[in-house]
This record gives sequence, structure tokens and C-alpha cells, in this order.
Amino acid sequence: MNTSPADSGILDQRHLDVADGQRRAFMNSSSTDSGMRDQRRLDVVRKQRIQDFIFHKLTLSFSLIVLISLIGILVSLALVAWPAFQKFGVEFIWRVEWDIINEEFGAAISIFGTLASATIAVLIALPLSFGIALFLTETCPVWLRRPLGTAIELLAAVPSIIYGMFGLFIFAPLFAEYGQPALQSTLGQMPLIGPLFGGAMNGIGILAAGMILAFMILPFIAAVMRDVFEIVPPILRESAYGVGCTTWEVVRHIVLPYTQQGVIGGVMLGLGRALGETMAVTFVIGNSQRLSASLFSPGSSIASTLANEFGEAADFHLSTLFALGLLLFVITFVVLAGAKILIIRTERAKGLKT
Amino acid sequence: MDKNLYRRRILMNRIGITLSMLAMCLGLFVMLWILAVLFNNGFQALDFNMFFKSTPAPGTEGGGLANAIVGSLLMVGFATLVSTPIGILAGIYLAEYGDTSKTAEITRFMTDIMLSAPSIVLGLFVYAILVAQVKHFSGWAGTIALSLIAIPVVLRTTENMLRLVPGSLREAAFALGAPRWKVATMVTLRAAKSGVVTGLLLALARISGETAPLLFTALNNQFFSMNMNEPMSNLPVVIFQFALSPYDNWIRLAWGGALLITLAVLVLNILARVYFREKVSS
Repeated sequence: MNTSPADSGILDQRHLDVADGQRRAFMNSSSTDSGMRDQRRLDVVRKQRIQDFIFHKLTLSFSLIVLISLIGILVSLALVAWPAFQKFGVEFIWRVEWDIINEEFGAAISIFGTLASATIAVLIALPLSFGIALFLTETCPVWLRRPLGTAIELLAAVPSIIYGMFGLFIFAPLFAEYGQPALQSTLGQMPLIGPLFGGAMNGIGILAAGMILAFMILPFIAAVMRDVFEIVPPILRESAYGVGCTTWEVVRHIVLPYTQQGVIGGVMLGLGRALGETMAVTFVIGNSQRLSASLFSPGSSIASTLANEFGEAADFHLSTLFALGLLLFVITFVVLAGAKILIIRTERAKGLKT
Repeated sequence: MDKNLYRRRILMNRIGITLSMLAMCLGLFVMLWILAVLFNNGFQALDFNMFFKSTPAPGTEGGGLANAIVGSLLMVGFATLVSTPIGILAGIYLAEYGDTSKTAEITRFMTDIMLSAPSIVLGLFVYAILVAQVKHFSGWAGTIALSLIAIPVVLRTTENMLRLVPGSLREAAFALGAPRWKVATMVTLRAAKSGVVTGLLLALARISGETAPLLFTALNNQFFSMNMNEPMSNLPVVIFQFALSPYDNWIRLAWGGALLITLAVLVLNILARVYFREKVSS
């Protein structure tokens, strides 16, 4: 029974158990019956082996729950949505009708609302969160970094339904009175994009939903950007400052190129959030199943259609709602997976280069 | 010419920095604005009845949120009970056993996606597998939907915190002959306790404000009920329905409920941060 303690970095349970037995044997040396002791030792080892095995498989099975539920979501949604896809085929995705009474359904209106509001949200949130991340990593005094960072993170903690109420009761009236007239008299007069800002100004609609969403996803994008900005090796940053770059130039030409993928990942993460957000959108998007050129006009997103119509839906209507849900899940899955891959790549690069 | 270039660079820098400060100010302003509106409307709505009376019927005066508060507490409480062991054990697997294996890599990736996946789809999922089968909405269905949201949060924080535990601690325990499961539960998990508790608090905060998945699972109940097999009232759904209603007292109650939820979520968040920082620094 020779135990070599340093034969590998990884601890071999067999060795340990034997060593354990030896230690006990040494301490119990007054006892006489060595055969019994060996037996007891083996029993302990065997018991621990079994316990370990059970514990291993138990933790494994729990971690598989996430995977199983993900697959379960896809399968169960697809099953319930099957009649809808059977009737309309792939065409369902770009059909523009949404007629509950005649059972003519198409996802185009909801998909357009979802994509439009999420795009607006990202367009607004991107420069803002870039500014916030830049401020927090480059110019902010060190003692203020933590409280300000926490404040922005708390913005992410506010439940989405609060954004919805805020949007409906506070933001929409103000937007109708000041924001929309201002937009219409400036951007609305321009060729090409003019029609986007036409129509009735009642405060709610796709544009308003996008603006509320922007502030919901802002903390997520800003947090990712701040984190990836911080992994830029100090030596790169300091060298740039050393040759006389201004803060702006360091960020523009050193930090941004270095963290490019991570930044794009952060933006896509925000986009993923915006696409699937339900409550904030349902309150302000206006919930109308019509397609209009104007961003002022009410529309609907996949999530808001689900939230609004699910209660009254039955049979075939329900099936189409599940089809919408499935589409939403697939869209966000693709966006989020892309985001995750980009962020992981940036972090890997950090591991190699610093 | 040189001087012009220099001046232009300085100017660009000033503009950039100023804009970034403005962005920060705008972010803070919006946060304070939302909170101010919420506190203003919420505290006006708060009164004694809110905690002791159930939600009013359409057109009737008064009423409170007692049934919704109790329903929310029950469902969030059970969801925490369900998701804590699952999340922690799964986190142990990823940190202690899985490491870089394919299963662990895939699980980690999918968990990160589930963290941001639209919660309304989880509601649809639970509706399809449970509510549609037993043909009625129930508090349990709501609990399951909330658990599915909480598990990834608990899982990922547990894993990250376990990874911070120094390897020497593990090896010391192994050297004493401790079996793996004992090392995981009694050494590393204990060392990472504060981080894991932080994760639990964050998960709790996250599910307290979730509305969308409850719409299709717990639905709502106008009456006081503690039966988890029946449709169950809960704050987020009540806020959603009341805020969009034409009745003044309903809208008032919605603001009150919104204040309660936000306070709970913010307190949980701040608690998690303070707790974590104290434990780590000590």
C-alpha cells in the first residue's frame, strides 16, 4: 500500500480514501482485529463512492432541467401551433391579415411592430449607453463610479410593468403635446422619412413604445459595454495616452476596436430583451392590428398581441397565438445566441491577451 | 495648420466627453423621474384598507389589494422554494463536476439565453403543459412559470460564486479524505455562501415583478384565496388589469400596487448588493 501524494495535480479519490483509511488505522492502532478494520475501511470507501455517484448524477440531472425546459418550450409551442401552420403554411409569417371573426391570421403586423419598436429602442439606447459606459470607465471620478453604476443597474431592476404605467400615464400625454408636434414639424417635413412621422398625435404608438423600451434596455447595454471596456489591457490605453491621444481618441481608436465584438454582443443582448418585452410595450403601443406607414400610429407587437388576446382566444385563434409565440421565441433565441457568442469571444480574447 | 488640427482634436474631445456626461445625466434623470412619479402616485394611494381588503368589483368603491399581495407572496415564495435547490445543485454541477465538458458548456450557454428569453413564452409553455391539460388556471402553474425564470438566475450566480472559491480550499478538503459531495456542499458552497444568497435575492427580485408569465398561468382571482389549485390573484396582473381600466379607484390601486412591487424589488436589490459587499470585504 504505497501512496504517492504528488503523483498528479488532480486529486484521485482512490488515493485519498486509502490515505484516509491509513490515517484512521494509525490512530486506531490499539485495536487488534485488522481484518475487521480493513472491512470497515472498505465499507466507508464504498459508501462514499455511492454517495458521490448519486450526488454527481443528481446535480447533473438538475442542470439538465434548463436544457429540457428549453426543448420542451420549442416542442410544446410547436405542437399547439401546428394547426395554424398547417392552414397557412410558412406564408403565416408574411400574411398581413389579422381577422379573428373570419379566422384569417398572419403574423406580419405583429412581427413588424416587434421589429420596429425594438429597432427604435436600440437606435436610441445605443448612443446613450455608449456615453454612459464611456463616462463610467474614462471620465468619472473613482469615488462616483460605484454609486452611479449602481444607479444605472437599478434602472434595470425596475419591473417592466412600471415602465408601462409610466409610459401610458406620464410619458404619452407629454409626448403627444410636445414631442410629436416637434417631430412632425422637423423630421416629418423631410422627403422619404416624412411619412413615418405623420398621422394623428395621441402619444401612444410604435415610436412611443420604442422610446420606453429604449430606457428599459439601456442599463443592460450599458452594463455590458462598461464590462468589456474595462477588460481593455491598461497598457494599450496608457500607451495611447502616452503618445498624446485625447480621451475621445483613446475610446474611439483603441477601446472601441478592441472591444468591438463585445459591444455588438451587448447591443444584441439589449435587442433580445426589447423583442420579447411584454408589459411596457402592451401599455403604450396602442394594440391595433393594422399596418401603417406612420410610427405615430398604434400597432402591436407579438408579445402585446399575446397579452391582449390570450384571454378571449379559443381553439384556432389560440393556435395562431402559439404560432406567434413560437416565432418570437425563435427570433429572440437567434439574437441572444449571437449576442452570447460575440461576448464570449471578446472575453476569450481577454484571457489570451492580458 | 498644426495648431488647427490640435484645436480640432481638443474640440472633438470636449464634445465627446460632454455628450457622454449628458447621456449619464439623462439616464439618471429618467430613473429619478420614474421613481418620483411612482412614489408620488403610490403614496397617495396607500392606505390601511389596501392591506386588508380584497380587490373591488367593477363599479364599487374602496377595496384593497390583500388578495393580490397574499397571492404574490405565496407564488413567489413557492417559486423560491422550488428554484433554490434546483438552481444551486445545477450550479454545483457546472462549477465542480462539469467544468469544460460538452454538457456543461451547452447548459451554460442555454442558461444564459434563458436568462434573457421572453418571459411571456415561458407562460405559454406552462399553459400548454399544465393549464391546458388540467383545464383551469392555478397558483401552481404560476409558481412553475416563476420557477423557470428564477432557476437560470440562481444557477449562474451559484456557478460564478463557486468558481471564485480558491482551489487550495478544495484541495485541502480532499487531502483530509473528504468525498466530493462533502467538499462541494460543506466547503465550497459554504465559502461561496454570501454570493449564492445574493443570487437568490436577485432571483427573488426578478420574479416579484414578472407579469407576463402569470397572465397565462395564475390569471387572477377577484376573491381572497389561498388555494394554490385555483386561479390566484397576484399584484402584477392586478396592476395590469386595473391600470388599463376606466375606474378611478382601480387606477389608484394600480399605482399603490406598483409602488409596493417596486419597493420590494429595489429593497431586495440593494440588500443583495450591500450584503454581498460586506461579506466580501470582511
